[in-house]
Amino acid sequence: MIRIERRLRESRWLVVAVPIGSLIGAVILSSIILLATGHDPLATWQRLLERGFFSEGAFSATLVQATPLLLTGLAAAAAFRMQTWNIGAEGQLYLGAVGASGIAIALQSQSAALVIPAMVLAGLVTGAAWAAIPGALRAFFRTNEIITSLMLNYVGGLLITYLIFDSHSYWRELSTFTSRVFPQGKYLSPSAAWPSLQIAGIGVPFGFFIGMFAAAGLWMLYRSTRFGFEARVIGDSRSAAHYAGIRTRRKIVAVMALSGAFAGLGGASEIGDFRHVLDPRGLQQASFGYGGIVVAALARLNPFAVIVVALLLGGLSNGGFSLQGADFPAGLVGTLQGLILFCALAGELLVHYKIRLGRPAGVSHKPADAARVGAA
Amino acid sequence: MNNSLLVVIVASAIFYGTPLLFAALGELLAERSGVLNLGVEGMMLMGAVSGFWAVQTFGGPGWLSLLSGVAVAALVAAATSLIHAFLTITLRASQIVSGLALTIFAGATGLSSYIGHVANLSGKPAHHEFTAIDVMGLGDAPFIGPILFHQNALTYASWALVGLILLYLYRTRPGLHLRAVGESPATADAMGINVTAYRYIHTMLGGALAGVGGAFFSLAITPFWLDGMTSGAGWIAIALVIFAFWRPELALVGAYLFGAFSSLAFTLQARQVHLPPEVFSSLPYLMTIVVLVLVSSGWGRRRLGAPAALGVPYVREER
Repeated sequence: MIRIERRLRESRWLVVAVPIGSLIGAVILSSIILLATGHDPLATWQRLLERGFFSEGAFSATLVQATPLLLTGLAAAAAFRMQTWNIGAEGQLYLGAVGASGIAIALQSQSAALVIPAMVLAGLVTGAAWAAIPGALRAFFRTNEIITSLMLNYVGGLLITYLIFDSHSYWRELSTFTSRVFPQGKYLSPSAAWPSLQIAGIGVPFGFFIGMFAAAGLWMLYRSTRFGFEARVIGDSRSAAHYAGIRTRRKIVAVMALSGAFAGLGGASEIGDFRHVLDPRGLQQASFGYGGIVVAALARLNPFAVIVVALLLGGLSNGGFSLQGADFPAGLVGTLQGLILFCALAGELLVHYKIRLGRPAGVSHKPADAARVGAA
Repeated sequence: MNNSLLVVIVASAIFYGTPLLFAALGELLAERSGVLNLGVEGMMLMGAVSGFWAVQTFGGPGWLSLLSGVAVAALVAAATSLIHAFLTITLRASQIVSGLALTIFAGATGLSSYIGHVANLSGKPAHHEFTAIDVMGLGDAPFIGPILFHQNALTYASWALVGLILLYLYRTRPGLHLRAVGESPATADAMGINVTAYRYIHTMLGGALAGVGGAFFSLAITPFWLDGMTSGAGWIAIALVIFAFWRPELALVGAYLFGAFSSLAFTLQARQVHLPPEVFSSLPYLMTIVVLVLVSSGWGRRRLGAPAALGVPYVREER
């Protein structure tokens, strides 16, 4: 007989073992899916790892995927820690990209020292503003933030499509004949390109550095500030927070805005580090916002773990997308991400509960005894 | 008269509202048992791809092929929901994270897309599709003809389903038990009701209906298969359940309201109303937010109709 008992404290080694076990479990489960559809799992994983991490220039390309995942992962971690479910990182990232590219176009003749900080700031502000909408609705009307933040993802996606494809907006290139027929965004001036730092032959994007600082900041915020403490109390028990006199409404809006600011920064980094143009199709295909949820969950909402997990999942995405084609079908990356989440959720049971095989302690009646008593 | 704007809008609202109705009814059943499943979008996409696959693969007369499509869609989506049921009911995982995981796993960049590409389904029209049935020759009747008597088989089935679920919930013993499980699982357990079984069954029923809703997209609306073709309908269905105060008859009203928002883009553009397409396309999403705010700020303050145990795992030892 299987019994499930609550642990009094989290098991320390399981906190590390569970995410690793989740990855292994997800790889095994997706191997079954690969086998069932007539693909060789071993060869697939080998190619995926090679393209993601080990081949020439692979790690630089992995960082390109890991940077937005790091920032959207932090966005999810910041909100989820308070049990506020910001599922809108996807849309907040789009808006961050709109803000950053807009300010870069406006300041195109200025020097990089002015343009780059302005882009970072614009990404933060627009992302935060977009996230503050579901935050305020949650705080003041008790509207379910999961659904509202998610709906705004679709609205944000339509907004960037509109800006480039269906309007003569500020973001759209209209100066040449081809760009009027085949819509595209304005390419930014070189001063708006974020510097990438070369470390041992690997190009580390500027956004990744900002993300690492942001992770440290988030860790400090939750660990040693009053704001973070109160947010944690709200997360653990909303009624306890209420009775303790914590202003829960403000905090919900603030945490949602903070979460959105991280995601918006991800959008700004997409523009400054990689794309240098507002590209609606590319941004929507990448679906970094949803990936961030997986990153945060696998990192168990620990900001430093988010960095490591973002690199790992960034490698899988990079490998998956670069191999995508006839013999490597699309959809494998999301399938794998979902399976990782499932395994992490199942593993969470082990962190919080003990699973015992056999009878509960102190109860020694055996069925055989009972039968004998019955017979007597 | 039957071409007047009002008739066209109402008739197409019912058409576009049907998948929302199926998915919302399914989610309603799951939530009535206390299980919040945020994976509706993923389950709908699984239904869309598997239903389409079945119609392309199984031969036979059109009606049989379509029937098998719907059955396969329901079965596959129910199997998908079983993951959520196992994680949340047996392993007591967070229902919110598990539901999100289900949507990521099965969704537009996940398994549904993988299956569609492996089976090479994209870019081909369906061999058969659900077409409008003229019931008893009344399809041309003034005003009500196109609205009530010129819909497809799945729409008629959805009407029957609303009636069946109403009967089930309020007039049968299992329905009473279901409501008890959602309101107070400990009490239900003490009454001898198998809480776990009720939750498993209704989560999977919810999955099956979401699958049928998804198949409506690939077999009636488009009718071809495309990555992420439900584009948020699953999430709107979840919002609909809140909007309907967990009542099937109100889910029908809500589904057609949102069906109208979804169809407005096509109807008005066909009538030379010139606005950017994104304005129309964003309407269902924006209206979902508006309606949720209205519901949650007004009567919904008391969480009117929400099952008391919604989202809470039931553990016998910890009650």
